[in-house]
Amino acid sequence: MRWLLAKDLRILGRSRLLLVVLVVYPAAIALLIGFAISRTPTRPRVAIVDQTPPGETVAIGSKVVSVHQYAEQLFSQVQAVEVPTRSQALAKVNGAEVLAAVIIPADIAAKVSSGTAQAHLEVVYNGNALEQSLVQAQLSSALAQANLGFSEQIQQAAASAIKQLLHGGNAAELGASGNLIGLSQIPALLARVISHQPRGSADRAAIERVAAFADFAAANLTVSKSVLASVGQPISVHTTLLHGRRTPLDTFAVVVAVTISEMFVCLLLAAGGLALEREEHTLARLVRGLVSRETLLAEKAFVAAGCALAVAFALLAGVGAFVALDWARVWLWLIALAVGSLAFGALGVAIGALAREVRASSLLAFLLSLPLAFLALVPAGAVASGLSEVISAISFVFPFKSALQALDAAVNRSAPAFGGSLVHLAVLVLAFGALARVTLRTAD
Amino acid sequence: MSEERRAAALSVRGIGKHYGELVALHDVSFDLRAGEVLAVVGPNGAGKTTLLSIIAGTQRASAGTVLVPAGDESAAVGWAPQQAALYSRLTVAENLRLFAHLERVADADSVVARMLVQTGLGERADERVARLSGGNRQRVNVALALLADPPVLALDEPSASLDPAQRERLWEFIKRLASDGRGVIFSSHNMAEVQRHADRVIVLDRGEELFDGAPSELMRAAGDGEVLELESALVAFVERSEREHRLRA
Repeated sequence: MRWLLAKDLRILGRSRLLLVVLVVYPAAIALLIGFAISRTPTRPRVAIVDQTPPGETVAIGSKVVSVHQYAEQLFSQVQAVEVPTRSQALAKVNGAEVLAAVIIPADIAAKVSSGTAQAHLEVVYNGNALEQSLVQAQLSSALAQANLGFSEQIQQAAASAIKQLLHGGNAAELGASGNLIGLSQIPALLARVISHQPRGSADRAAIERVAAFADFAAANLTVSKSVLASVGQPISVHTTLLHGRRTPLDTFAVVVAVTISEMFVCLLLAAGGLALEREEHTLARLVRGLVSRETLLAEKAFVAAGCALAVAFALLAGVGAFVALDWARVWLWLIALAVGSLAFGALGVAIGALAREVRASSLLAFLLSLPLAFLALVPAGAVASGLSEVISAISFVFPFKSALQALDAAVNRSAPAFGGSLVHLAVLVLAFGALARVTLRTAD
Repeated sequence: MSEERRAAALSVRGIGKHYGELVALHDVSFDLRAGEVLAVVGPNGAGKTTLLSIIAGTQRASAGTVLVPAGDESAAVGWAPQQAALYSRLTVAENLRLFAHLERVADADSVVARMLVQTGLGERADERVARLSGGNRQRVNVALALLADPPVLALDEPSASLDPAQRERLWEFIKRLASDGRGVIFSSHNMAEVQRHADRVIVLDRGEELFDGAPSELMRAAGDGEVLELESALVAFVERSEREHRLRA
């Protein structure tokens, strides 16, 4: 086999274009992915019209916030373009200088400070559906955060007022002059007064009723403090992750990109390498007694797998300059890439045995691999259950999903188990190798 | 020629080959003697390439046997297919060296050097096959067939892509090989070549063996007493066979 390996590597080395592609491709893709992941997305340009008077503030309880300062924080997710008037803002939107315009009305401070009237912001959009959805999503997120912030401040102010009503003290914020007695103190005070009233007297009965009301009011105001705290966020979410991804989406994207590259390189080299023997008419010369068909198929798969392993590892290492990868697990990466490449190599020689020409084998490899990769990436709950089972069955039969899972487990420590994916891939190597052997014999 | 050298280098008995219902060969039998040059002729689709492929071991016969002295037809029969089976991105020497190692010859480097001299390709040893002319490619093709020093050489239309000068050189080479004791079996459409170089002719038509004998015998047998040109004799033989076939049908 070593002579065949040397021959194929020599032929590969003399295919200058192919060699350049194999060397340049991982470097270029690594740079693209790395830049795409590491750079923050461009913020959309949005015109902001602040119609509030200069220095306008919003007072909620004891807190005072500058409207202009709050608007800057609010629109930090977009590239704000300050515009003096509404008409100029609309002109910029129409002229596509900005994607949207936000008009802050003059009365916003008064309405927010009142705590009773709802304040309104005007948002004007333009652009295509994709741009609109992007801007809408970012503005909605910003406004939701602002609403939450204001809501919290209003709750705090209300809770502070309730506290003062319950426990008394200096209620100047609420408009009272001097110190007031708290509701919770009134029942005890009235009880002393009641004790000095004759039993059965009308005054005693009236004071007892006032004491009962004060006691009831104090108890319910205490409850209302808790109600206020939950009003802003009546339902909170507690998440528990049983299994699956625990790592950021960017490292999963890296694993997907590397696995797709590994698959393409391996399938094309394996399928094309075997089909080339037919095109050169050397297949018959080899298998007439010089080399067994099994040896030939294994050699083609190994060459393809070795090249794919090198390309995929170079790609992973390149992207590692942009994304934090745990290099202590590099041996697991290599094992996952090696076994995955062998499985793709076995599939590749099965394709090559079926196709008689290099062009046909390349086309078949593309047509087969692209949809299978897409199917494997479809989440289980994203489609109807019957279709999901079909997709799972198809993904089980082909190596892409297992190769992806093995590499993801090696790089990102994600479930399912690393060993299980490797075993599955090993079985696929044998299965596709057998298929290639049968197909090669039949196609002779 | 001594009796040893005229011993059978190859024996073909009752060879048949069918692809489904299509009968490519039916009951073909002959011997190839050492030092003999045997031509297999016939119209297109007669089964010539199929017969040579079976003898070379690249296809399995549906019936019959191929007997070679060494017991292993792939080692005892050197094979040069009609389309040169070479790696176009490798040089002449690299092709020879690769197959010499795969054939497990004792001293690959010296065998390669000898082949380069014998085939006159010494000056082109480091040239890539893709850049060679058709004639030179055929020379490399034949050289590959000779690497293991086989007692039998099977050539499928060896001169098809050669110019007259190249054909002449090729046949000089083949005749030398035969005179060294190798049995040579070749197929050809060029009847002048067959008449000039072949010791014996086998005529195939529709997979059946119509004639086995010297070219001069074919020229007499086809003419019914008249001696025809070899090409005319072949045509007459085939037409007679076609008529008999139609009558049988």
